[in-house]
Amino acid sequence: MTQFLSLLLNGISLGAIYALIALGFVIIFKASEVVSFTHGSLLLLGAYTVARLSDPLGFLPAVLIGLAFTALAAFLVERLIINQLRGAPVISLAIVTIGVDIIILTELIRQIGPDILNVPHPWGGDSVRIGSVGISENRLIAMGVAGVLIIAFFAAFKYSSWGVAMRASAEDGEAAALMGIRQGRVSALAWIVAGVLAAVAALFLVGAPTPGVSAAAYTVALRAFPAAILGGLDSTGGALVGGLLIGITEALAAGYQDQLSFLGRGFGEVAPYVVMIIVLLVRPSGLFGTKELTRV
Amino acid sequence: MGNITTDRDGAVLSVDSLQVTYGGAVEAVRGVSMEVPDGAVVAVLGSNGAGKSTLLRTISGTLRLHRGRVDAGTVRFGDLDLTRRDPGQIVRAGVVQVPEGRRIFGRLTVEENLRAGGMGNRDRAAKATALTRVHDLFPVLQERSGQRAGLLSGGEQQMLAIGRALMASPRLLLLDEPSLGLAPRVIGQIGEVIAEINRQGTSVLLVEQNATMALGVASAAYVLDVGRVSLSGDARELAQSDEVQRLYLGHTGASPEQRTERAPRRTLSRWTA
Repeated sequence: MTQFLSLLLNGISLGAIYALIALGFVIIFKASEVVSFTHGSLLLLGAYTVARLSDPLGFLPAVLIGLAFTALAAFLVERLIINQLRGAPVISLAIVTIGVDIIILTELIRQIGPDILNVPHPWGGDSVRIGSVGISENRLIAMGVAGVLIIAFFAAFKYSSWGVAMRASAEDGEAAALMGIRQGRVSALAWIVAGVLAAVAALFLVGAPTPGVSAAAYTVALRAFPAAILGGLDSTGGALVGGLLIGITEALAAGYQDQLSFLGRGFGEVAPYVVMIIVLLVRPSGLFGTKELTRV
Repeated sequence: MGNITTDRDGAVLSVDSLQVTYGGAVEAVRGVSMEVPDGAVVAVLGSNGAGKSTLLRTISGTLRLHRGRVDAGTVRFGDLDLTRRDPGQIVRAGVVQVPEGRRIFGRLTVEENLRAGGMGNRDRAAKATALTRVHDLFPVLQERSGQRAGLLSGGEQQMLAIGRALMASPRLLLLDEPSLGLAPRVIGQIGEVIAEINRQGTSVLLVEQNATMALGVASAAYVLDVGRVSLSGDARELAQSDEVQRLYLGHTGASPEQRTERAPRRTLSRWTA
């Protein structure tokens, strides 16, 4: 039971991080009608920036610059590429984002090299015990920060002018344009928010129990894709539920891998994709997705 | 809003020799000229494909979303050239459209729809005034403010679409077939609402297939036919003209016997031969 609770708690904290990434993925889809595969490399960019700048500048300034830099990169991708291609088929745009992703990723891997860059989190790699359940401090803080950001995000999405403009233009872009809502601005802002969320996720993903920033952080980010898709690509609530579901599945599958050994070792890493496939077989548009995604 | 000056004829909107094509080939509007005098309701009649919606898209700047292009001509709002401006600028200038088929945001609440309508309006005080005006015109929107807009009836949705546009405090309101798909009684109400909005000082360009309603509210009208203005003039005179009577008001010029005698025989013989 203790093991189960421990795995569950760790799964939730991991899931909260995935949810941050997935939320960005979903709002980009809603605002720009693009399935953005650049997210993995943006996340790695955030982690890399923080790791590189921590030494000369100190942790906090490095984090702030890392967030700003990732947001800027996301903004530039939107302005220079996605916005120029407005009206192109969804598939072409997705492929374009894969191309952008590969370009950024390749450069980052060249910079990082074979090393594992350390991010000097002030909270270090210690674990805390809550009752008999153990969790790394990093993951605990991640859960808190992600929780606050997710609540702030949903509040803004529901009540702010940006949220209303965003939902209106996601539902009917032309009608929104006729109301004077500037779709370009809504879309650019969505990319910026997604960039910040990805960088925050990166900050915690490269902390304990992960050793630091390496090219492997990218594959971790990829697990947020099934989170977004199984929640329903156009549903923010779905991204949250999907993120948690994937995080918990992964933690449980990894924790019980001895009992699951008939599935092969390392099942935890593929479990998110298995869950995604099963969910999509039952509900093709995801748990909370809109049935009809293609708008005329 | 009040600083738009009308040109020398007192027209708030003037369209001059407008030519529009889609995809570089299909000519939708071929040399249309028309005017909306300040403070007037002007109707544009025409069947499907006559170029009515294209005209409104051009005025509102959304042609680009349909791969359409202005090849020649101008659209002026007072002394401001609207041709090829983007939709946001046009809304801010004071020209707001209620699109065909209502196009309300069904997943947003009624209140959020109105909020979205006010996004082009930066002046807080003007927004508050606009909201009061909308609630006075359509009390039902106040009653249902927390409800999802998609759950409203067709007539209520049309009212919401008009209310949403009014949130931008337009000087000129463009309406694209507001009667579409509505019951006759509701169409009558929409007509009254348009007249009331106009009494409050907003000029209106009303595009319709329902000529009875449109000619009832409008002071002047234009008839579009395959991208050209085929008739224009005083609304009451147009309503009396043979062509409008025959094409849009359902009165046939020819007697029924004459019509049945001619047409069907040939097609029948072709099938029986």
